[in-house]
This record gives sequence, C-alpha cells and structure tokens, in this order.
Amino acid sequence: MSFSSAGYQLQPVLPELVLAVGSMVLLMIGAYRGQGTTRLVTTLATLLLILTGVLILMLPSGKLVTFGGSFIVDDFARFLKILALIGSAATLILSTEFLSDPSRRIFEYSILVLLSTLGMMVLISAGDLIALYLGLELMSLALYVVAASHRDNAKSTEAGLKYFVLGALSSGMLLYGASLIYGFTGTVNFAGIAAAATTATPGIIFGLVFLLAGLCFKVSAVPFHMWTPDVYEGAPTPVTAFFASAPKVAAMAVFTRATLTAFPGIVPQWQQILVFVSIASMALGSFAAIGQKNIKRLMAYSSIGHMGFALVGLAAGTVEGAQGVLMYVAIYVAMTLGSFAIILAMKRDGQALEQISDFAGLSRTNPLLAFFFAMLLFSLAGIPPLAGFFAKWYVFVAAIKANLFTLAVIGVLTSVVGAYYYLAIIKTMYFDEPVGKLDPVRIELRGVLAVAGLFNIFFFAYPGPLVSVATAAAKSLF
Amino acid sequence: MTTWPILSVVTFLPALGAILVYLLARGGDEAANRNARWISLWTTLITFLISLILVVRFDPANADFQFVEKASWLATGINYHMGVDGISLPLVILTTAVMPFCIIASWKSVTQRVSEYMMAFLILETLMVGTFSALDLVLFYLFFEGGLIPMFLIIGVWGGPRRVYASFKFFLYTLLGSVLMLLAIMALYWNAGTTDIPTLLHTAVPHSLQKWAWLAFFASFAVKMPMWPVHTWLPDAHVEAPTAGSVILAAILLKMGGYGFLRFSLPMFPLASHDFAPLIFTLSVIAIIYTSLVALMQDDMKKLIAYSSVAHMGFVTMGIFAGTMQGVAGGVFQMISHGIVSGALFLCVGIVYDRMHTREIAAYGGLVNRMPLYALVFMVFTMANVGLPGTSGFIGEFMTLLGTFKVSLPTTVFATTGVILSAAYALWLYRKVVFGALVKPSLMSIKDLTARECLILFPLVALTILFGVYPKPVLDMSEASVQQLVNNYNTAVTAVKAAALLQ
Repeated sequence: MSFSSAGYQLQPVLPELVLAVGSMVLLMIGAYRGQGTTRLVTTLATLLLILTGVLILMLPSGKLVTFGGSFIVDDFARFLKILALIGSAATLILSTEFLSDPSRRIFEYSILVLLSTLGMMVLISAGDLIALYLGLELMSLALYVVAASHRDNAKSTEAGLKYFVLGALSSGMLLYGASLIYGFTGTVNFAGIAAAATTATPGIIFGLVFLLAGLCFKVSAVPFHMWTPDVYEGAPTPVTAFFASAPKVAAMAVFTRATLTAFPGIVPQWQQILVFVSIASMALGSFAAIGQKNIKRLMAYSSIGHMGFALVGLAAGTVEGAQGVLMYVAIYVAMTLGSFAIILAMKRDGQALEQISDFAGLSRTNPLLAFFFAMLLFSLAGIPPLAGFFAKWYVFVAAIKANLFTLAVIGVLTSVVGAYYYLAIIKTMYFDEPVGKLDPVRIELRGVLAVAGLFNIFFFAYPGPLVSVATAAAKSLF
Repeated sequence: MTTWPILSVVTFLPALGAILVYLLARGGDEAANRNARWISLWTTLITFLISLILVVRFDPANADFQFVEKASWLATGINYHMGVDGISLPLVILTTAVMPFCIIASWKSVTQRVSEYMMAFLILETLMVGTFSALDLVLFYLFFEGGLIPMFLIIGVWGGPRRVYASFKFFLYTLLGSVLMLLAIMALYWNAGTTDIPTLLHTAVPHSLQKWAWLAFFASFAVKMPMWPVHTWLPDAHVEAPTAGSVILAAILLKMGGYGFLRFSLPMFPLASHDFAPLIFTLSVIAIIYTSLVALMQDDMKKLIAYSSVAHMGFVTMGIFAGTMQGVAGGVFQMISHGIVSGALFLCVGIVYDRMHTREIAAYGGLVNRMPLYALVFMVFTMANVGLPGTSGFIGEFMTLLGTFKVSLPTTVFATTGVILSAAYALWLYRKVVFGALVKPSLMSIKDLTARECLILFPLVALTILFGVYPKPVLDMSEASVQQLVNNYNTAVTAVKAAALLQ
C-alpha cells in the first residue's frame, strides 16, 4: 500500500506535519544553542502556530479523510483547529514575561506547548478511537510537564503531579471504555460504531459511560473536575491561561464529534448522562466559586461552570446544539484569554497579585484595565449585549428546541448564581477603595487584552461571520 | 417619509456622546468634569430635540409601527428591527425628556468620577430608548438586560452607605426574572421561526405554550415593574441610588415592566392573559393597599416615595390586564404621568438632601418658612401623587379604575381605597416636612430653590398640570395602537369562549 493511494493521502495532515517537524527543528535549536535561545524559540513557535493556521485555511474545502478514516478534516475540524491555534499562540504571547525571568529561561516550554497543540490537532480531527487516544495522550503528557514548569515552586510541582496522576486514571478509564466499545461493535471507527451501535446494549452503554468519563475529565466537567482548582491555582499563570483555553477547545471538539458521529443511534443513552453532567457542572461551578478568594481558583470554578453550559448544547444532540457548542467555545476562549491577560497584568512591585482583594479600587488606579475586566466578567455572567450572552443564547436555544426544559431552566438559574461572584469582583474593582498602584502593563498583555476585550464588547454589532462559520461547521458533522 | 434612520440616531446618539465624554473629558480635574457635564447636557438635549421630530412626523391615526428600520443581524429570523407605535413613542419621549433633567440634577451633587458617571447615564439612555423601540425580541432583550450594567454601577459607585447591598439586590433580582423570559423568547422563536415582534403579534401561540411563556415573561416584568411580592429591591435601590439614579429608576426603568406587559404579554398571549387576569388583579390590589400602608410607616423620604411607586404601578398592571380601552389607555397614561411625577418627587427630595445630607423625615419641618418656592413645587407633585383632579395623576388613576370597573368590581373597590391611602401618606409627608414651625437649628439657614433647580422643576410642574387638565396629546398619540391592541385581545378571547360554548 503506497501513501499516494486514496485512503492514505498526506495532504490533509500537512499542517500537522509542518507543526510536528517544525517543533522538532525548534527543539534542535534549543538543545544545541542552549537556554539563551528561549526568546527566539518562543517567537518562532508563535510564528509556527500561525503558519499552521494558514495551512489549515489553505486546505481544499469540503470533507477530507485520510488514514483509512482515522483523520477527518471537515469544517468542524477547521473551525476548532483555528480556535485552538489562536488559544495556543495567545498563550505563548502571554508567557513572554514568565519566560523572560532568568531563573525560568526554559525553551522547552514553547516546544511543549507546540507538541500539546499538535495533540489537539490530532484530537480535533480524530475519526476513530485510536486517533482519539493518541491525540489525547500527546496533548495531556505535554500539559502535565508544562503544569510543573515552574520547577522550584512546590505548588507548581504539586499541580503537575496531581494533574498527571488523575489524568492517567482518566486515560485508563477512557481506554477501558474504548476497548469495550471495540469489543461490542467490532470497530474503532466512529462511522463503523455508529452503524453497529443502533440499539443500546449493556456492553455499549458500559463502554460509552467510561469513554464519557474520560472525556469529562479533560473538559473538567463534574464529577471529574476535582483536579481543576488545584491545577489552576498551582500552575504558573500563563500555563493556567493555556489550560483554560486551547485544551478545552480540543476536548470539547472530540467530545462533540465522538458523541454525535459515533453514537447517533443511542442518543437518549448519552443524552441523560450529559444532562446530568451539565447540570452538576453548572451548579458546582456557580456555587463553589462564591467562596473563593484566589482569582485563579475562581477562574477554575468558572471554567467548570462554563463547560457545563457548553455541554447544554451538546446534550441537545442536534445541529443547533453543535452550533451552540462551537459558538460557546469560541466566545469562551476569547473571554478567558482576555481575563487571564488581566490577571497576568496584576502586578505590584514585580509581585504577582492573585487575591481578589488585590483588585480593590482598580477602577481608579487603572480605569481602562478595570473597564475591560468588568466587561469580560459581565460577559462571563452572560449579560447582554456582551459576547457571553450570545454564547448562552445559542446553547440554550438548542436545548429549548430539543425540549430539554428542565435543563434549560436549571441552567439559566445557575447562571444567575454565577453572576453573583462575577459581580463580587466588579464590586471590588469599582466600589472599594484603592490599595495601591499597579506596575505598568506590558505591551503584549495590552495587545491580547485589546483584541479579546474589543471582540467581547463589539461582537453584538457584527456577529454574522462567526455565526455563519459556526453553522457551516456544525452542519459538517451531520 | 423619513430618509435617514431617525430612530437609530435617537437611540445611539447618547452612546456617541459617551464616547465623546471619554475622549474629551479625561483626567478627573475640574476642567474635565466641566467638559463631561456640558457634553452630556448637550447630547441629551440634542437627542431630545431629535426625538421631537418623531412626534411631529408621527401619524396618530396609524396603529402600526412607524419609523421602521430593518437590517439583517444575527441569523434568519433575528434581525435588527426598530420602530415605534402609539404605545412606545410616549415612553421614548419620556426617556429623552427626563435625561436632561437628570444631567442638570447631577450638576453639583456629583463631584467624584464625573465623566464616568455621565458616561454611565448616556449609555443607559441608549439602552432605555432601544428597549422601547426594538421590534425584535432578542434585540429587545439585549437593550432590556444591558441596562442592568450601567444602573448597577450608578447605584454601586455613586450610591449611599448601603449601596453594595442595594446594587446586588437590584441586579440579581432583575436578572433572575429575566433569564426565565429569555427561555420563553427561545420557545417563541422555535414556535414562529422568528423573533420579529410584528410577526409574533400575528402568530397564534398554542394555549399551553401561552401559559408557560406568559408566566416566564411575567417573572421578568413583575420584578421590573415591580409588583408585590417581588418589589423589595426597589426601596433599597431607590434609597441608595444618587438622586438622578432614583429619577431614572422611577421614571423610566419601572416603565419597562409595564411596556413589556403591553407589548408582549397582552397581545402575544391573550388567552393566558385572560386566564391570569385574576392573579394580576389580586397582586395589584395587594400592592396598592399593602405598599400604601407600608409607605405610611416610613421615616425615610425616598423610601416612602419608592413604596408609593409600587402602589401606583399597581394601578398600571390592573388597568392593562383589564383589557378594556379605558384600562389600557389609562395604564399608558399613568406610566407617563408617574414618570413625570415620581421623577419630580425624587428631584425634590434630592434638593433638600443636597442641602442637609439626610433624607430622614424627622430631620425636617417648617420648610415653608424658609423655602416658599420649594413648598409650592413640592405641593404640586404631592397632589399629583395623591391623584388630585387637575393633576396628571388623577387622569391615569381614574381611567384605570374606570377600565377595571367593567371587568371586576371588587378589584376596583379595593383599589380605590388606595387613592385614600395615598392621600394619607403623601399629605402626612408634606405636613411633616413643609408645615409646622421652623424649630430645628440646622434648618435655620436653609436656602430656597436656586435658578438651576427652578430650571429642572418648573417644566415638570407645567407638564403635570397641563396633562392634568388637557391629557389629549398623550391619549391621542396612543389611541389607535391601544384600540388595535384591545380589539385583537377581545377577538382572541371571545373566539376561545365561543369555541368552548360550542363543545
């Protein structure tokens, strides 16, 4: 069998190949030229991510399938890959300051981010369980190391270890589920599983439950969320920003593709699981965040809640639902990156500030920063006319169409609870007395914040392009 | 025909003004503050003048939406669609008219973060005008809920001692009601395939969906209105908000609830409205009697007026859901009248608060001796609040009672006692504050109205009396639209009754 034959074309994986080879080249540069090249490697890595994105956009349109159905490039994959690449590239930009510290000149950081992104690309395009597992592991193993990249810090090391141990457990569950599904359907290919799993036999349900458990861990949905607050808090802040953006995109992508294309015959089976997971995530994310004092921990609970909202769309199991998930993830990435740019900007005398009380009076010491953060928080709470409202609109409109009224009502009610803790931060910034001036905000943070913040505020004025792209992407799954 | 999008200009001009304030009034020094005030004042005045073009070009004989603008926006069926009819136009004008007063009222009393204050007010104006002129449910929700953001900041940043509590309560109460409405909007979207309001007004909604959707919309508008028992956020928000914030809250934001009932609940869910009318009547009567009694017990002037607002809004809901011509027209008129009168009363409280920095009723007394002009103005608004014939307050209350009389006699009987109770608390307040001997040493040197304060209050006095003796302008403007609304409502209800009789 030659690689030029129909089933094994290399063209669809060209962007991934470039990314893989490129990251190896960068590794060589770093390895032979030493830690002094950190800055160069980071810049090149960012450019490489952009190049990969351009290559993805240049691929022929339509659905491209290769490696015997393991690797699918459709509009869905294109949309989410671009999104994941934006997340990764923005993270590298946000990491500039973290990496400029002499004690943390680690060029491996950028390469690990690249490899992790490569894993995400494979994950997003995965058309069978093997590709899914390969992508997931490549992504996760790189993430474990990045979490612990602040080597001398006990919390960072603890975060990495905790993430690794729990992640390994979830990978085990996922593998177990995958093997059960293979055993009962006789195939690992999503389309093949869909053809075989037309009725809900106990074996397939068992496999499905384990598979979903593994995926829930990756998107940090309740009840597999326990690692999230500790890892978010312990990991260096740029790494937390990374965790909150690109890997969530990839995990949501594979979650959506696996459930919708591999198990369309047994929708009621996974729908009830997703309804439960979604309600539990939204509720826990909202209630547990109320008591948090640390902003990164709060963002962890917030992300748990937001994944719950995104899963509302998936639970609908329809085209509208898939579109809702895509819109939600896209807008969520913008909101998260903007928020983390602000958290990274919170420095006084070179010391990073992570307590919510440190935000006191920010509206007077740094009005623009406070304004953008307030808008991002209102958006995270889903208040119109900000982008976050539209994200919620699309997932809930899908749930209403699918007659999931209980889910929708509980969902919007938890969003009101969630609004409380976002308001509490705004209150600290706007109503409380200032405690002192911040260090000047670095230019790259301003850049990321301006893009994310303006997108967030002015999305309502011209939502057309994103909506139509997301619609096309959702349709390509069905 | 209009050749330029006049309604969008009226809506978004204040937002443009806010951007100007941001660009031209930076720094927070005295010069910047002055710039911020003048830019805001001119913006609101120009907006008001442009909105008057709407009145001139409005065709009162036409019951349909006018000045319609449409552009594709979110998806098929969800468009940028603006327009006004006889019900929304008075509210648009009320909004643009009240705003300059708010800016002037804050001229001296707001000294901290002036440009941010002005920006918040201007953005709020955009959102309020947008709420009344949106002809798409999603667009409406956008403006309706978006208003929470500036109001939250206005109460929280420039408010009184318990501002944090009040702002949170305001925000979360309103949000809680509104998210349920959002779900109902989604259900309507799937039912009709669009959120276009004119289309939805002519789309039949199944009876079972009507009930749920009505309840969901009710959850939002009852909180906003506010109706008993979800009114408790209002006294807190009023007491803590700065004067202009209270004025906006009483004059405009409360009207959004009434407008919502008129625009959505009654025409879109006529059967559910008919089914739930007894519930509305009960709640309205409780609101009128109970909150009037509560108002009698207040020792804070703003709180007293806040409770009286709840009572007066009870007349509006009662009139609207009576579903008769007089009731609905009275409801519209009462909203406009209350917008003027309660706004003016809060301004009156603000005037003595600026001088004495207390709103406690017991801290005043005998003001007539030092402030005759103030006593006169305050009396006019107190009388209008009571509903004395010759003031605009009378027309609204009388018409709503008349409209309800035909539908439910007991409701009318109980509601009418509210008129007496309102006289009790309003006159009691007036006596305590204005009459009596001037014995308190702190009041000995209090000054009468300044030219700026006269400028705010005299036009409102004129309007109150004008609409009291000659309510025709407002009633004429809304008549055709109200007539159409009432006709459609009655047709739908009788059709179902006839069908039930046939079975």
